[in-house]
Amino acid sequence: MSSAQLGLLLYGAWKTILLTLGGMALALVIAFPVGLARVSHNKFVRAIGFTYVELFRGAAVLVLAFWFVYALPSLGWQLDPTFAGILALGLNMGAYSGEVVRGAIQAVPPGQIEAATALNFKPSQGMRRVVLPQAVRAMIPSFGNNVIEQLKATAVVAVVSIPELTFNGQLIWSGNGRAAAVFGGLLIGYGLMALIFMTGVKLLERRVAWT
Amino acid sequence: MSFIDFTDVSKRFGDNVVLDDMSFNVANGERVTLIGPSGSGKTTILRMLMTLTKPDSGTIAIDDEYLWHERRGDDLVPASEAHTRKVRSRVTMVFQQFNLFPNMKVLRNVTEAPIHVLGKQKDEADERARELLEMVGLQDKADFYPSQLSGGQQQRVAIARALAVEPDILLLDEVTSALDPEIAAEVLDVLRDVAKTSDVTMLLVTHAMRFARDVSNRVLMFNEGKIIEDAAPEQMFNEPQHERTKAFLKSVLEEV
Amino acid sequence: MKFDWNYALDILPQLLDGLLTALIATVVGYAVALVLGLVFALARRSHQKWVSVPVGFVVEFIRGTPLLIQLFFLFFVLPQLGLALSPLAAGIVGLGLHYATYTSEVYRAGIEGVPPGQWDAAIALHLPRRRVWTSVILPQAVPRSIPALTNYSIALFKDVPQLVAITVAEPFTVGRGIIAETFRPFEPITMAGLLYLAVALVLSYIGRIVERRYKGMATA
Ligand SMILES: Nc1ncnc2c1ncn2[C@@H]1O[C@H](COP(=O)(O)OP(=O)(O)OP(=O)(O)O)[C@@H](O)[C@H]1O
Ligand SMILES: [Mg+2]
Repeated sequence: MSSAQLGLLLYGAWKTILLTLGGMALALVIAFPVGLARVSHNKFVRAIGFTYVELFRGAAVLVLAFWFVYALPSLGWQLDPTFAGILALGLNMGAYSGEVVRGAIQAVPPGQIEAATALNFKPSQGMRRVVLPQAVRAMIPSFGNNVIEQLKATAVVAVVSIPELTFNGQLIWSGNGRAAAVFGGLLIGYGLMALIFMTGVKLLERRVAWT
Repeated sequence: MSFIDFTDVSKRFGDNVVLDDMSFNVANGERVTLIGPSGSGKTTILRMLMTLTKPDSGTIAIDDEYLWHERRGDDLVPASEAHTRKVRSRVTMVFQQFNLFPNMKVLRNVTEAPIHVLGKQKDEADERARELLEMVGLQDKADFYPSQLSGGQQQRVAIARALAVEPDILLLDEVTSALDPEIAAEVLDVLRDVAKTSDVTMLLVTHAMRFARDVSNRVLMFNEGKIIEDAAPEQMFNEPQHERTKAFLKSVLEEV
Repeated sequence: MKFDWNYALDILPQLLDGLLTALIATVVGYAVALVLGLVFALARRSHQKWVSVPVGFVVEFIRGTPLLIQLFFLFFVLPQLGLALSPLAAGIVGLGLHYATYTSEVYRAGIEGVPPGQWDAAIALHLPRRRVWTSVILPQAVPRSIPALTNYSIALFKDVPQLVAITVAEPFTVGRGIIAETFRPFEPITMAGLLYLAVALVLSYIGRIVERRYKGMATA
């Protein structure tokens, strides 16, 4: 492997991490309003949450990425490719993570909400001070899984020529034609990155469990 | 060696010593009731004989064949699965929670083993199953699913299912504990019938003392991993020797 | 810029052909995933360590790495080993293999959900091991797995667009072909995306019905 190739791979890996973390950050920002909307008492708000989840769970990352990169410029919007990738990843994962938020909130025993009401909390206070703190803890393992899923999902944006690890691997392959080495290497590379992310998530989980 | 032979059997779960160098024998055709406080190891004994639980040490034999060991020359070596399978084929068990197969109708619950273990033809197995269902008073429930039956009916199916495998040894672990007393009485009547009409060897755990007195010819009192008293039912229930036995019987009889 | 309806109508038949290919890949890939997932689940439960450990490793590895690269591997590496698959065949194998690692987890949970008393009873009746699986355990484990399995059919469909990367003639590949002639990307890409979205929404609706029905059965 030449140093140019190594550089390409390292740069690609860096982009992959950026896409993973950027996508996940956007997903979390989306997830809480969406998840709260899903459990709102207001029918209209619930419908908005439901619509978001259905639409953006239904629209695969690649479908969104294709549209952002190849169709949107026709409307006069040229997005930075990496930004387009993060947008596609985050909007999609936001829908899944929103369901995590909803599930965790609904899993808090109703007695907790009743207790908050008994203490004369307003519903919004009860949600913020009683329900959410308990729910967030229950979300952490699912969010951890989502990080790994997000890492895997980043590979698909290679199809729209975003120069992350898979795309740069393909570049190397088209240069040297050694498919087994390149794609086998990529698989191992992603496996290692998944392992690293998983370890990070585990550590985070343990911190949260203690406090 | 006797028909059923436990020699120096020990079993612990973690720090919990359940059986401590326990030995006892049962003769062919005997009906033995195991009594004792909760956690004294009665279920564990039955499960070991059914090979559902493995002893830590000691030997268990049925008719001179070790359940968990094989003879190799003068040595005992751990048994192969085939050997264990062969020895346990003479034993079957009825469970407290019935454990009927919910995905099969009643008739198939009873015929499944005769067809696929004993190699009977379906017609023959069906016929025998209907006889057994009649014996337990459920001939009209053959085409029901277990979930459509009451607990007492399910347990009677389980008894028919166990008898269908033509066992030499029948293990009954608190088969009426999950049932209301009235329903339990129906099940016990069926078992009295079985005891009267067959010569199957029975090991049973029960808190129904009158039933135990009726069907068994021997009672073993378990306490803290040991057998502390071994006597005929009249002796055990009328004149228990051991203080622990007296206290236990008193508590059980008060319960009812 | 305006959406050109005439252009859109012109290219719709080709895109629908692409969608048909996508659906074929989904159905066949899902069938592979259902069967292979069960094989994985049983292999991982094997008492034979030399079976359960390697299978477990392979399953975790496949699940933990991107489908896209697995597709590249199947499409570009296997021919070097003398096994050349058509794009669609490689796509189906890739989807089936990848989702088998997910369905195997569903089956595992379903198998573990069968009460231990069922195993006890099977032993007490001396049923042969194979018979225990086929007549006692799986008939109980598989039905309770169906809602989760249904959800993976939807997830699998949503990964079908990735087959564009190995030139399977699904809607995006078709769309790219059209763009190469017309140099007008907006309509083909938008329509390909909407076709995928529409089918995904329908599948998700069906999935909710299946789930509700099974929940009703579980509480009945
Ligand atoms: N699989 C197991 N793991 C851990 N402990 C166990 C297990 N099975 C049984 N035990 C323990 O072994 C002890 C004896 O259990 P066993 O079921 O044999 O008692 P028992 O005499 O049948 O009691 P009971 O009258 O309550 O049915 C109990 O303390 C029980 O908690
Ligand atoms: Mg017991």
